[in-house]
Amino acid sequence: MPAKTPFKAFALSSMVLAMGAASGAVASNGFSDDVVRIGVLTDMSGIYTDLSGEAAVEAVRMAVEDFGGEVGGVPVDVIYGDHRNRADTGASRAREWYDSEGVDMINDLSNSGVALAVAAVAEERQRHAIVNSSSNIGLTNDYCSPYVTHYTYDAHSLAHGTGKSIVEDGGDTWFFLTVDFAFGIGLEEQVSEVVREAGGQVVGAARHPLDTTDFSSYALQAQASGAEIIGIASTGADAINAINALAEFGVTPDQRPAALLLWYDDIVSLGLETAQGLMLTNAFYWDANDETREFSERFYERTGRMPNMAHAGNYSSTIHYLNAVEAAGSDDPDAVSEQMRELEINDFFAKGGYIRPNGRMVHDQYLWEVKAPDESEYDYDFMRLLTTIPGEEAFQPLENSTCHLLDNDQ
Amino acid sequence: MHLRSLTWPLLIVGLLALIAVPFFPQLVYSVFVMKTLCFVLFACAFNLLLGHTGILSFGHAAFFGSGAYITGQLVKAYGVPTELGILAGGLVAALLGAVIGALAIRRSGIYLAMITLAISQLVFFFFLQAPFTGAEDGLQRIPRGTFLGVIDLNSDTALYYVVLGIVGVGLWVVWRTVHSPFGQVLRAIREHEPRAISLGYPVARYKVMVFALSAGLSGIAGSLKAIIFQLAALYDVHWHTSGDVILMTLLGGMNTVLGPAVGAAIVSTLNHYLDPFGAWVTVITGVVFMACVLTFRQGVVGELGKLLGTRRSAPPQPPATRPYSTGKPHEPTR
Amino acid sequence: MDIFGVPIQALMGQLMLGIVNGSFYAVLSLGLAIIFGVLKIVNFAHGAFFMLGAFTAFLLAQHLGASYWTTLLVAPLAVALFGMLFEWLFLRRLYGLDPIYGLLLTFSLVLVLEGGFRVAFGSSGQPFVTPEALRGTLNLGFMILPLYRGFVIIAALMICLVTWFVIERTALGASLRAATERAELTQAFGINVPRLVTLTYGVGVGLAAFAGVLAAPIFHVNPSMGSSLVIIIFAVVVIGGLGSIMGAIVTGLGLGVVEGFTRVFYSEFSSTIVFLVMVLVLLLRPAGLFGREEG
Repeated sequence: MPAKTPFKAFALSSMVLAMGAASGAVASNGFSDDVVRIGVLTDMSGIYTDLSGEAAVEAVRMAVEDFGGEVGGVPVDVIYGDHRNRADTGASRAREWYDSEGVDMINDLSNSGVALAVAAVAEERQRHAIVNSSSNIGLTNDYCSPYVTHYTYDAHSLAHGTGKSIVEDGGDTWFFLTVDFAFGIGLEEQVSEVVREAGGQVVGAARHPLDTTDFSSYALQAQASGAEIIGIASTGADAINAINALAEFGVTPDQRPAALLLWYDDIVSLGLETAQGLMLTNAFYWDANDETREFSERFYERTGRMPNMAHAGNYSSTIHYLNAVEAAGSDDPDAVSEQMRELEINDFFAKGGYIRPNGRMVHDQYLWEVKAPDESEYDYDFMRLLTTIPGEEAFQPLENSTCHLLDNDQ
Repeated sequence: MHLRSLTWPLLIVGLLALIAVPFFPQLVYSVFVMKTLCFVLFACAFNLLLGHTGILSFGHAAFFGSGAYITGQLVKAYGVPTELGILAGGLVAALLGAVIGALAIRRSGIYLAMITLAISQLVFFFFLQAPFTGAEDGLQRIPRGTFLGVIDLNSDTALYYVVLGIVGVGLWVVWRTVHSPFGQVLRAIREHEPRAISLGYPVARYKVMVFALSAGLSGIAGSLKAIIFQLAALYDVHWHTSGDVILMTLLGGMNTVLGPAVGAAIVSTLNHYLDPFGAWVTVITGVVFMACVLTFRQGVVGELGKLLGTRRSAPPQPPATRPYSTGKPHEPTR
Repeated sequence: MDIFGVPIQALMGQLMLGIVNGSFYAVLSLGLAIIFGVLKIVNFAHGAFFMLGAFTAFLLAQHLGASYWTTLLVAPLAVALFGMLFEWLFLRRLYGLDPIYGLLLTFSLVLVLEGGFRVAFGSSGQPFVTPEALRGTLNLGFMILPLYRGFVIIAALMICLVTWFVIERTALGASLRAATERAELTQAFGINVPRLVTLTYGVGVGLAAFAGVLAAPIFHVNPSMGSSLVIIIFAVVVIGGLGSIMGAIVTGLGLGVVEGFTRVFYSEFSSTIVFLVMVLVLLLRPAGLFGREEG
C-alpha cells in the first residue's frame, strides 16, 4: 500500500469518531445508526502481518465494494485496528469499537488469545465477531456464543484433514514436533486421536519452546523415532525452521513431514525446493478453480500478493454477513445472527456452506501437496489438490460440542 | 514562576479531568484510561527502585503478571471476592518481590538487573507451563464481580472509579514512601551506599523492603488489569513488559515522583492512537523513543522542570549521570 | 549403553549439534562483549544486527546475484559500516551517561529496524539456499552431520580466534585494551579514542552480522529472527563475565551444549535453562565464570 494511505485512514477514522459522536440517537428503518460498520481487528505490525494484516483489511474492503457499498439503503463502512498480538489490546479495541464507534461486526481476529478475548466481549456486548485466522476450537465449544462465528478452519479440521488422510494413505506411525503452546499441544492431541482411531500409532513427541531457531536436535530425535510421518504442530517461523532442519539432516524424504498448520505464505518463504512433497490442509488455494482464480487475480491487483485462506475467508464471511443483514432488513444482532445461520454460503470459497448453532461454519476442506520446482509452471503455481474432505467429516460433530447453546436448544 | 507552585494546581486539574472521564465518552474511552492508570501505578511502583533507590530491575513483569494471574485464578476458579483477589495478587507479588529482591541485591548494577531478568524468565516459564493459565490463550473470562459486595463492577463507570481510587491509593503510598524517613534512607543508599552502611543502616533489609513494596504495588496494577479486561495473558509476564516499564519510567523522568506516570500515559497513548499507521507503527514508536533519548534525557517531567528554571525540592536529584551504580565501585560485602 | 534411556551415540550427536548451536552464541556474544568492554553500553540491537546481516546477505544474493562467499564477506562489512554510522551519529551522544540510556537507544533501533524490514519485506521471511559446495553430509561415525553445520563450527571458531588475536596480540588491540581501562590516559598518549570506539562498535556489530550470514541458510530469514536471541546472548555474556573475550567464546559454546542436552531431557525448558544457569553462576561467582572480581 502506498505510504499516504495511513494518513487517509487517520483522517477517516477521526471523521468516523466525530460521526459516532453525532449519531447514535436516531434509529431509522431497522438500523441502529445510519451506517453498518465493520471493524477489521488484525495484526498490522507483528509476526502475523503476512497471514492477515493489511491484506485482510483490503479483503474486507473488497467484499464491501463488491456488495455495492451499502446494505438495505445504509452505507457500509470499514475501519481497522492493530491488536499487537496482545489479548488485552485486542479486547480493549473491541470494546471501544462496540461501545463508542458503532461497530456492528469485527472480522479476522488472528491470534487465538485475541480471538477468545474478543469473543467474550462480543458475547457481552451482543455484537458480531467472525474469526478467520485462529484455530482455537474453544470458540465453538465452551466459549461459543450466538454472535461469534468461526469461519475458515479450526484445529479439528486441520487434524482431520491432514491426519486422517495420511493414515488412510498408509502413514500409520507418527512422531510430533510440537510447539509448547496451547495451540500446538491441542493440535497434537487432536491428530493423535485421529491417528489412533484410524489404527495408527504415535511413537513419540518433542515439544519445543516458541521461537526455537535450531531444530537440529529435534530432527535427530525424529529420525531416531523411526516414525513414518513427522507431524509438525507449529506454524510460521517455527514450522519453517523445523521443515528446513528435517530436510537438511536427511530425515525427509524417508520419513514424510506433515505440516498441521502451514500457510500459503509459509510455502512462499520455504521455497519449493525445500517444501516439495509437503502435505497440508488449507480451506482455500488461489489456483483451485476458475472462481478462485477470478477472485485471487482481482485481489492480487489490489494488494500485490495472492490471497491465503484467511484473506479468502475474510472476504467470503463479510459478504455472508452483509447478505444476512440485507435479509434481516436490520443490523439488529439477533436478527442478523438468525439469518447468518439460515442462509447458505455459495461462493468461490465455499459450496453449500452453512453455520451451525454453535457458530461453526461448515464447508469442505482440502488436502494439498506442494509441487516440486520443475512441476511449477507459472508464478505462484505451488500446490496440487490431493483430496477434498467433506465439511461434515472435517469439522467436529455437533454432538461432541460442549457449547451451551446446544443444551438449550436440544 | 516556580514549578513547585504549579504542582498542586496541575495535580488538581489532572484529578478533576480524571474524575470527569466517564462523562465524556465521545472524547476519551474510559477503558483506555483505566488501562493507562494500571500502567501509571506500575511505572510509579517500578520507579521506587530505579529512581529512588538506584536499583534497575529488569524483571518487573514477573510481579505485574503474577498479580494478574493470581487474582484472575482466585476470582474465576475459587469465587474469591474481587477486592480480596486484588489484595491477594498484591500480596503474592510482594512476597515474590521479597524473595527475588533478597537474591538480587547480593549483586549490584547490571548484574542485579540480569538476576532479576533471569528469575523473571523462570517465572514466565512457570506461568507458561501451569495448567490454569491456558498458555498463549490466556486466562480468559475472569468475572469482574462486585466491589465490597455492593458496587457492580460490570458497569464500566463503576469500575472506573474503583480503579481510579485504588490507583490513587497506590500512588499515595508511593508518594508517602518517597517523602518518609524510609525514603530518605533509600536516597542515601542511592547516593552512596557504603556511607549508608557505615552510618549503621541495615541497607540490605531496606532494599528487600523497597523491593517487596515495589513488587506488591506492581502486582496490584497487574491484578487491576486482569479485572478490567477479564483476562490475564502471557504478555503480562513476558520480558517485553519489563522493558516497557523501564521505557515508560525513563520517558517520563525517573528523578521525579510523577514522571513515570506521564511516561506511562505517553506510551499507552502512542500504542492506542497509532493504529491508523498500520505496519509503520513499530517504526514510528522507535523513532519517537530515539528522539526522546537523544533530546530530553531527564524525561518529559524532568525537562519540563528544567525549562521552568527550577527543580522540585524533593526528592533531590542524584548527580545527573549515575543514578545507579554500574557494579564496579562498591560491590556489597558478601 | 544408555544414559537416562538415551543411547550414548545419540548423545554424542546432540553434543555435536550443541557445539554448532554454541558457535552462533560464541560469535554473537563475542561481539556484545567487545562492545560492552569499550563502550560500557549493553547493545540491545545485537539481535537486530544479526537479522540485518542475514537479510543483507539475502538481498545481495537475490538482487545482485552475489555468491555466498561474497556475501559472507560483504554483508558483515556493510552492516558494520551502518553500525559505525549509528554510533557516530547517535550513540556517542550518550557516553558518560548512565548505561541505561544506551540500552534504550539501541532498543529503539531494534523497533525501527525490525518494523522497517517488516514493512518492506513482510513478516514471513525469505528462502535462502545453502551454497552448492556445502550441501553434502559428513559421516562422523556416530552421526551424519550436514557439511554446512561443520562449516559453521570452523568459520565461527576462526573468526573468534582472529578477533581474540587482534585484541590480545596486536598494537591496535593494545590501544583498545588501554582505552577500555583508562580512556582519558589513552587519549593523552595521542591515540584517537573516539575513532577507536567507533571502530569497536563496528567490529562488534560486524560479528553479529557475520553470525547472521552464517545462520541464513539454516535458520529462517525473517525480520524477527534476532528478537528472542538478544536476551539469551546477554545471559551468555554475563555468565562468561562482562567484558571477558575468552569468557564470551567459551560460555557461548558451553551454553549451546547445555541447551542441546536440555532439548533431549526436558525440551520445554530449553529456552529457559540459560537463565537458571545465570542465576546460579551470579550467586556463586559474582563476576561470572571468567570475569575478574574488581573492587
